[in-house]
Amino acid sequence: MILESEIWLALVVLLPLAGAILTFMAPRYAPQIGTVSGVIVFGAVVALTLAVVESDATRLTVGGWGAPLGIDLVADGLSTLMLLMTAVVGLAITAYAVGYFGESSAHKRAYFWPLWLFLWASMNALFLSGDVFNLYVTLELLSLAAVALTALVGQPAAVQAAMRYMLVGLAGSLMYLMGVAFLYAEIGVLDIMALASVSEATPPVFVSAALITAGLMMKTALFPLHFWLPPAHANAAAPVSALLSALVVKGSFYILLRLWLTVFAPLGDTFAPYVLSALGIGAIIWGSIQALRQPSIKLLVAYSTVAQLGYLFLLIPLLMDDGADRQAVLSGIVYFMIAHAMAKSAAFLSAGNILHALGNDRITSIIGMSRKMPLTITAFALAGISLVALPPSAGFIAKWLLLNEAIDGGQWLLVVVIIAGGLLAAGYVMRVVGPAFRQVADDQLAVANPVVPASMAWSALGLAILAIVLGFTGVYLLDVLDIGVVILTGGEA
Amino acid sequence: MSDNSYDDVRLTPARRFVLAMMALLVGGLAAAVLSIEEEVIELRDLALGNLEASGVGNPVTAVLLNYRSYDTFLEVAVLLLALIGIWAVAKKARIPIKSPNTPVLITFERLFMPLMIVSGGYLLWLGADRTGGAFQAGAVLGALGVLWVAASLWTPNDRLRRLTRPALVVGMAAFLLVGGGMMLLGGDFFEYPREDAKTWILLIETAATISIGITLVMLFIGGIPPNADQNKGESGDHD
Amino acid sequence: MIDLDTGTFYMLVGTVLFGIGFYGLIAYPHLLRKILAMNIMGIGVFMIFIAAAYGSGEGDPDPVPHALVITGIVVAVCATGLALSLAVQVQALTGSPKLDADKE
Repeated sequence: MILESEIWLALVVLLPLAGAILTFMAPRYAPQIGTVSGVIVFGAVVALTLAVVESDATRLTVGGWGAPLGIDLVADGLSTLMLLMTAVVGLAITAYAVGYFGESSAHKRAYFWPLWLFLWASMNALFLSGDVFNLYVTLELLSLAAVALTALVGQPAAVQAAMRYMLVGLAGSLMYLMGVAFLYAEIGVLDIMALASVSEATPPVFVSAALITAGLMMKTALFPLHFWLPPAHANAAAPVSALLSALVVKGSFYILLRLWLTVFAPLGDTFAPYVLSALGIGAIIWGSIQALRQPSIKLLVAYSTVAQLGYLFLLIPLLMDDGADRQAVLSGIVYFMIAHAMAKSAAFLSAGNILHALGNDRITSIIGMSRKMPLTITAFALAGISLVALPPSAGFIAKWLLLNEAIDGGQWLLVVVIIAGGLLAAGYVMRVVGPAFRQVADDQLAVANPVVPASMAWSALGLAILAIVLGFTGVYLLDVLDIGVVILTGGEA
Repeated sequence: MSDNSYDDVRLTPARRFVLAMMALLVGGLAAAVLSIEEEVIELRDLALGNLEASGVGNPVTAVLLNYRSYDTFLEVAVLLLALIGIWAVAKKARIPIKSPNTPVLITFERLFMPLMIVSGGYLLWLGADRTGGAFQAGAVLGALGVLWVAASLWTPNDRLRRLTRPALVVGMAAFLLVGGGMMLLGGDFFEYPREDAKTWILLIETAATISIGITLVMLFIGGIPPNADQNKGESGDHD
Repeated sequence: MIDLDTGTFYMLVGTVLFGIGFYGLIAYPHLLRKILAMNIMGIGVFMIFIAAAYGSGEGDPDPVPHALVITGIVVAVCATGLALSLAVQVQALTGSPKLDADKE
């Protein structure tokens, strides 16, 4: 490394912001500047990952003060994996967007790029932040960028969905901030590790946990607070849908995970983790049933996100149980996040290709299209394999890890839910894949010669291939996750 | 009932239910408030104790622009992001830029413009040691700009229009360059040299004041002002 | 009566404002009302921070929450600006200041 590893922590936040400023200053060259920025940011995240793998978890003291007076940025195994997940999906979406927005109006082309780079910067800042108030600022950056991107297509349905997304997002942020206010009033610091070192199960801390968890649940769209997600994710432009479903919802979930492992660890033996788990079960069942009923592909994929997010919450009781192998539970959850990010972004990008080529994304329109759009349909099918969790996909490994821990913990209800969720996913994935592979005569196709720009077809397929290949490389990823992640037990004061 | 009418505020059963839930929430929060103990850690003493090293005399400015300058940097980023978001969504300005020239408004404006510029600058300077700072100064300048727009002193052919975008980003760019530059020169991220921290802070604050002021004016206009865009035809693009 | 100190009193007021704002956000469909309600929620939160800065009222107040509130206010202004802009756009596109699902 030429530069010290701490510098990369700052650069992965600064570089996309610099790109955002430049694309705003020179709107005509936004796609070119945006693409270059995307590649550079990806490179910086890879450099950070290598530095962390080589030399352990890293802390950057902003301003040289150090917590608790200053703000610390922290790159441990968990945040590094999240940054890497974002960078991989981000790079593919950058490539996709060049083709996608190449044919749209100058206005959309000019504004997609700064908003997307802002969103990327805020994701990176969120994953690195070690301070609960700074996390609030990154959450707001993330929501504003996501809302503006949702509204970018300009159609009434999209603008209404963006408005609802905004209201829910703001309410969630304010609940989070109220929780931070209680933490500050009770404990008097904002640094996560400083809070964790003295946090106890007192009423103000419990109320803070309730507010923060509820606020972040709204933002993560955990059932029954998921109502805003399907319209927002289904009506946005395809690359934006992919960003929202694959990455943005993971941002708020990451904070939840981080805080429950540290500051709220003393509350691990209360009923709260079981509530989250129960809602996770509800999400899997309700989301899957809705996905089985949707007439269009994008709505189906959006409800699939509602269902898949349920798995993230399912094993929270085991994550907080001192008797369980908590590191292994965490591995399962994080692996699931990564697998879902790849598969879901691939699915949304393929759905975008279908919409682009056929003019609509009704399931009835794609009958027989596997011959005409082989790359796109293959991408959707591979993503589907990972969502259903068939071996050897990344989704399979993720569910295998979750299943193992559920069995070890004797949580038989969860075992049943995980297996049933897979069957339901097979049902809704087949609703798209089945008709697409049906053999029909040319004159029965909805569109005789569908056209998909190459960059769009290949970026969808690239992500889908990753959703499968990551099934083979699990060990390496889980090794990274072992680097310096702090998991506090309830008994520790 | 027409859809544009004001909300019907009668207390329906559904609202009674929401009200009851909120009463429960407030009750829970209030109970927690009453059980708050004395803070375990005193950040106050740490913040006040390091004041001399921070380079400024006003403790709030020290927190904003030195101890937690990273927060403030991201906050300036939020301002720019919100504006870009509004321009992406609203396209053309909604509030007509050309409002009637009223002699009262224009006279008022002529009298107050110099005064407001001076008081904005003074607030900025004052921020280092007493109550004031970039946000207060930016707010005064923003108010001046709003009056300016309302009095139709903004003309589409104004030479200033080409400066709109640079003025919007200068605050964030200054933070980015100084914060990142200090790091590449061997310091920590956002670590000002101790001996002239005040100079650097004032530099950043001045840039931030300009951006905050112009952003507030643009937020008031609520869309892309005519001809403020370098990209020809962009603002007129409706699809 | 419980003997309330000043800081605790303002914290209680903050929780009530938060609740009032939250109620307005959920209960009424007009977007402008929802956006204003959100701002009231925000003020409730800021009040808790300021009361925490006051502490027991002895000695200088804690400057950290003051800075947090300044940051919070700016963020709230930005969010309000974008929300208002979206609300205007909803009205322009659908002819109604309410979201479809909320119409009575």
